[in-house]
Amino acid sequence: MPAEFIHHKNRVLILAFIFSESIFFAFLITAFVLYHGRSPNGPNAHNTLDPLKTGMYSIILWASSLTMWLSEKSMMNFRMDRCKRWLEATMILGGIFLIGQGFEYHGMFAKGISIGTDLFATTFFSTTGFHGLHVFIGLIVLLIMRGLTSAGFGQEEYQREGFIAASYYWHFVDAIWVAVFFILYVWGTR
Amino acid sequence: MSEVPVALPVLRKLERFEKEAGMLSWLASVDHKQIGILYLITALIFFIAGGVEALLMRTQLMFPENRFLLPDAYNQIFTMHGTTMIFLVVVPGLLGLMVYLVPLMIGARDMAFPRLNALAYWLYVIGGCLLYFSFFAHDAPAAGWFAYTPLSEKPYSNLQGMDYWALSLLVIGVGTVATGLNVIATVATMRVKGMSLRHLPLFTWMSLINSFLIVAAMPALNAALVMLLIDRQLHGNFFKPAAGGTPIYWQHVFWNFGHPEVYIMVLPAFGIISEVIPVFSRKVIYGYAVVAGSTVAIALLSFGVWAHHMFAVGMGHFLDMIFAASSMLIAVPTGIKIFNWIATMWGGAIRFTTSMWFAVAFLIMFTIGGLSGVMFAVVPIDWQLTDTYFVVAHMHYVLFGGTAFAVFAGIYYWFPKFTGRMLSETLGKWHFWLTFIGLNLTFMVQHNLGILGMPRRVFTYPNIHSWNVLNFISTMGAYVLGISVIVFLWNVIRSRRHGALAGPDPWDAWTLEWATSSPPPVHNFNYVPPVRSARPLWDLKHPENPDWQRGRRTPHHAR
Repeated sequence: MPAEFIHHKNRVLILAFIFSESIFFAFLITAFVLYHGRSPNGPNAHNTLDPLKTGMYSIILWASSLTMWLSEKSMMNFRMDRCKRWLEATMILGGIFLIGQGFEYHGMFAKGISIGTDLFATTFFSTTGFHGLHVFIGLIVLLIMRGLTSAGFGQEEYQREGFIAASYYWHFVDAIWVAVFFILYVWGTR
Repeated sequence: MSEVPVALPVLRKLERFEKEAGMLSWLASVDHKQIGILYLITALIFFIAGGVEALLMRTQLMFPENRFLLPDAYNQIFTMHGTTMIFLVVVPGLLGLMVYLVPLMIGARDMAFPRLNALAYWLYVIGGCLLYFSFFAHDAPAAGWFAYTPLSEKPYSNLQGMDYWALSLLVIGVGTVATGLNVIATVATMRVKGMSLRHLPLFTWMSLINSFLIVAAMPALNAALVMLLIDRQLHGNFFKPAAGGTPIYWQHVFWNFGHPEVYIMVLPAFGIISEVIPVFSRKVIYGYAVVAGSTVAIALLSFGVWAHHMFAVGMGHFLDMIFAASSMLIAVPTGIKIFNWIATMWGGAIRFTTSMWFAVAFLIMFTIGGLSGVMFAVVPIDWQLTDTYFVVAHMHYVLFGGTAFAVFAGIYYWFPKFTGRMLSETLGKWHFWLTFIGLNLTFMVQHNLGILGMPRRVFTYPNIHSWNVLNFISTMGAYVLGISVIVFLWNVIRSRRHGALAGPDPWDAWTLEWATSSPPPVHNFNYVPPVRSARPLWDLKHPENPDWQRGRRTPHHAR
């Protein structure tokens, strides 16, 4: 079969996977929207979430999409050193976002809010928790890519296609956060 | 790869590999053919388990006020029967056929991601074991296969059965999505040169559309299961009315998966029928593009009909009307295909092999199931008949008379390819007639039981003469079905060793899987014939009248 065609299989797989994952998140976010305003007395989006602070961390996460794109671009231009540096930057930014989420959770736990407290807590922790899990998995993928680039990965066409697939996944994780942030933190606290 | 034989040294290496691979290779294999066979065997084992559960239920219902099974056991068994048949038999069985046949039909060496393929299969095995382990944990799930909340929540299903159920389906669901993604990537990127989408065999078309349905529908189930598990294990509130949650949200999410799932369970069956009927009618399929196109229509519409499972919930007239209309609409592209298949047989030189018997019976049985389905789209009829035996009859005509008959047609058709030997036609005819009679005895009378008002999922019934007779007939039919499965098993085991040798192409068929030996070598093809139409082997065998010249019969200069 034509070689230039088969290498797209990584891209096809990851795009279909992203489509599938988006639907998964859609149902979790729908639950938040459906149950919004049904926790008037307990913790709710108004009295618990801090859109400003989380907004800062969100910008850091979205910036990681930019560094990922730069890393991918460097690889396409065979500038492997730059590719590695931008990849590292992406991982650091993603890591900072996760740490921020950890602080946010810790603060809520300290106030006695956990996933079973009320409907807001259930939907909030489910949605952001699954997103955090996806970021974490993305970081593992990037770590593998970083290791592979050190071993000379990135010269062959099929290897670069694999890198592009990993990059798509990272962009997806950031794009889902756009929906989560604006619905939970902005619409939810308006 | 097309028209270029595999390099000789590579070929020798592959042949040596094949010779040295022992039984252990079945555990470690990433070969799509071995994994396909593993899927089919595992599905068969669970089919027997689910069948035994069905026979236990029918034995309990043979007489009124019977005490063979007590209510708790009965609830567990009908839940396990439904869950087993849907998630451990029908879907994985069809996936097995898909991963075996799709790469062969498109002239590929393997799936796009062979290791992902193996992972998905083993997830299915682990999920199945997880579900059945619940019996040994002394409490199988008992909330029905769609596990409506709040019944499936902690206060009403306090023991661990529901947790096993949810975890098991989650594990299987992840594997199913992986296979769906894999089939999409395979069909999108691994087709042999010349095989455009207009030349795909219809089984591959159906598998491709089916995979899109899987990829879009399974995440709804996974989301529902995750929410249920959070409620049960982490004291979440998703479906708890006391905390303001809405149990109906479970129904919406579940049926967002559940109705496309119905088509996930039937589209590959349509694919099998679209391969079997033309070959045994010696005619090209009538309306190739219409069969493929109407399936795309089914796939799109299937996401807009989920709430017809919820007419009794009280959604209001407006929503009821919308979902009634969309449900009737989806019958149109399905009905179109029935006419395509009948028109294919029309005027053909039909060969009544066992496979063809099953395919023709599929048309009749599936149409009966489809018609009772359209009846349910009418809201007042649904209100009258929902949760009665009429529903049980409807879905068994669709799933047993439909999908299972198509799968049997496919097994009789492709068994020679899988094993190199033919299934016995004599035993096959016995199998067919026992299945056909058993199915209609068991389920035809359940229509009447439903109209007479017998509710489903209740472990016994009062002593009413008409109910007694109909239930007794139904149970006898179930025993006939039990015997038919034994005949089938005997046929498979015996023909595997003693069946007539098949040769590469016993049916004089037209798709690429018949262009290689039976069973195919580990690398699938030494040589892939050129593909210039949907029937490459016809073109090869009939160079005087190839398909790709059809429509070009009138040369420009003759006009």
